[in-house]
Amino acid sequence: MSDQAHAGPGAKAAPYWMTGPGVIFFIALLGAPMMMTFLLSLHSYDFTLGIQDDWTLANYIEVLGDPYFHKIFGRTFGLALLVTVICVAIGAPEAYVLSRLSNPWKSVFLLVVLGPLLISVVVRTLGWALFFGGNGVLTMTAQALGFGEEPVSLMFTFTGMTIALVHVLVPFMVISIWAALQKIDPQSEDAALTLGASKFTTLRRITLPQAMPGILSGSIIVFALTASAFATPAIIGGRRMKVVATAAYDEYLSTLNWPLGATIAILLLVANIAIIVSYNQLVERRFAKVFE
Amino acid sequence: MSFLTLESLNKQFGDFTAVKGLDLSIEKGEFISLLGPSGCGKTTTLQMIAGLLTPTNGRILLDGKDISHTPPNKRGLGIVFQSYALFPHMTATENVAFGLEMRSVGKAERLERARAALKQVKLDQFADRYPKQMSGGQRQRVALARALVIEPPVLLLDEPLSNLDAKLREDMRMELRLLQQDIGVTTILVTHDQEEALSMSDRIVVMKEGQMEQLASPLELYEHPRNTFVSDFVGKTNLIRATAHANDAAGAHVLVDGEMITLPGHSLEEGRDLTISIRPEKFHMSDDASGHEVEVRAAIFLGSSWLYRVSSKMGDLFITQPNNGSAGYKKGQSAYVRWSQDAVTLFEEGK
Repeated sequence: MSDQAHAGPGAKAAPYWMTGPGVIFFIALLGAPMMMTFLLSLHSYDFTLGIQDDWTLANYIEVLGDPYFHKIFGRTFGLALLVTVICVAIGAPEAYVLSRLSNPWKSVFLLVVLGPLLISVVVRTLGWALFFGGNGVLTMTAQALGFGEEPVSLMFTFTGMTIALVHVLVPFMVISIWAALQKIDPQSEDAALTLGASKFTTLRRITLPQAMPGILSGSIIVFALTASAFATPAIIGGRRMKVVATAAYDEYLSTLNWPLGATIAILLLVANIAIIVSYNQLVERRFAKVFE
Repeated sequence: MSFLTLESLNKQFGDFTAVKGLDLSIEKGEFISLLGPSGCGKTTTLQMIAGLLTPTNGRILLDGKDISHTPPNKRGLGIVFQSYALFPHMTATENVAFGLEMRSVGKAERLERARAALKQVKLDQFADRYPKQMSGGQRQRVALARALVIEPPVLLLDEPLSNLDAKLREDMRMELRLLQQDIGVTTILVTHDQEEALSMSDRIVVMKEGQMEQLASPLELYEHPRNTFVSDFVGKTNLIRATAHANDAAGAHVLVDGEMITLPGHSLEEGRDLTISIRPEKFHMSDDASGHEVEVRAAIFLGSSWLYRVSSKMGDLFITQPNNGSAGYKKGQSAYVRWSQDAVTLFEEGK
C-alpha cells in the first residue's frame, strides 16, 4: 500500500508542492528585484531626460574603465581582506580560550562574545562614531595623556572603518572557529603530548590544522559581509571613504543615476561570488579527504 | 626489581576519590589488565601512568626512576586511546611518523620506520590514506603502530577494542597478544570486557571503586575469585545459598539443597548461612534421576554450546552445556544437574 502511495503521481509531486512556497518567495522577493536591477544596468541615463529605453553596455564600460571606481573596488576588497585577517587573528585565540573554559564561564563568555549581535549594527556603529569623533572619547583620552592638543579623529578614515567592521564581524569568526574546535577529539591533543610534542607544538601541529575548516568558513562569512557592508562604511567612512556599497547608494539617491548604481551593485555581486566560489573550491579540494 | 611500580597511588577529584591507595608491581614484558566496571578508576590509573593526570599522592616508578611528576611528553610511553585519537589531517604514515619527528629522527629514517611499523600491523597498503578513508579496525592499527614505533618502555591500551565489531575484536585480541609477545613490550590494558582481559593478560587487576579487589592470573581469577564481586564480574556465575553443617579433617561440610558437599581447607561455624558460587559450565545436566531436579525455563543455542536458564529449589540458575550434536533440552522439560566438589567456590563475605 505504502509502495503504491510512493509510486503514485500525487506523491511524486509532493516535494514540489512542499518547496513551492519557498521557491515562489525567493523568486518574487529576491530573484525578481535582482533581475530588474540587472536589466536596469543595461539602460543608459541622461541627466535631463532620465532613464532611456535603449540597451547598452556603456555603464559597464564606464565603471570598468574609470580609475575612480577602480579605487573604490580596490578599497572595498582591500578592506574585506584586512578585516578578515584581523578577525582571524582575534577570533582564533578567542575561540580557543572559549573552548577550553568550563561552565559556567563558558556560557558567560559565549554570551559576551555573541552579545554585540543582539544590538543593531547602526547603533553599534554610531557608538564607534562617538568614540572616534573629533571631540570623542579617543580625542579626550589622547589629550589627557598629553599626546598633543590636536583632535585625534578616526572618522572618515580607513583605520576607523576597519576597527568598527572588525568589531561587528568578529563574533561570526568566533562562532565558526569555536564550532570547528568543538569537533576536535581532545584525546588527539593528549596523543600528541604523549608522543613527545610540547604544548606549543601540539597547538601548532595538531589543534590549529583541525581548526582550519572553521577558520576558512569564518573567513568566507567575514569577507562577504565586509565586501557588501553598508551601514558601517556609510557612517564611519562617509562620502570621503566610499566603498562599493556606499558608491552604489550615492548613485541611486544623490546623482539619481539608477542604471549606473545598478551596474555597480551587479559588479559587486559578481566579484563577491567569483572570489567566494573560487576560495571555497580551493578549501574543498584541500580538505575533502581529511574532514567529514 | 619490578619494571613499573605504583606505590599507594591516589587520585582525588574534589570530594571524589577515583583511585584509592593502589599498589602494583609490573615485570618487564608483562601484559597486565586493569579490569572493572565504568567508574572504577582504571582509566584514571592509566592516565596517571601516562602523565595526563597528576596523582594526588603516591609514586610511579619506571625502571627505578620516579616519574610521578614528569610531563607526558618526557615519559615516552606509547598509548592507544579508546577513540584512537588519530590526527585527521595527516596520512597514516604521517600519523605514525609524528612521534619520531618529535624525537628529531631524520626524515628518511622516520619514513622508513613508519612504513615498517605499518607493515607490522599489516597496513602497508594504506600508508597514504587519511584516517577518514579507513575502517575502524584499520584506524585502530594505525593507532597501535603510532604507539609502538617510538619503541616505548611501556605500552598503554585504553579500551582499544571497544569500538570494533565482535568478530574483529576477537581477531584483534589474538593479533595484539601475539604482537606484544613478539616485541616483548610491557603492556597495560584497561578494559571493562572480562573476556578481553582473560584472553590477553598475564595478570589481571580487578578494580572496584578505586581499589584493587584481586590481582591474579586469568585462570586463577576465574577459578578462585576472592569475592562475589570478582566472581560475578569475571565470567558468569550462579550464587547459591548454602548452610554450614560440620567440620572435620577433610574440611567444612556444607549443605546445598539437601546435598552434603565438602569444602577442603575451610572451617565454618555450624549453622551459618553461606553463599557458594558455581560457574554455568561446571554443571553436568542429564536425564538420569540423580542430583538436583531442575526445570528448563529457556534454552538458547549459541552454536558451540547451549545456554539454559532453569529453575530449581536452589533458585534460578544459568547452565551452559557443550553442543554435542543432539537436540538439547526444550522449555518446560525436567532434567537433573550434578557438579563435582571442586567446582564450588565459597565466599565468606564480611570476614
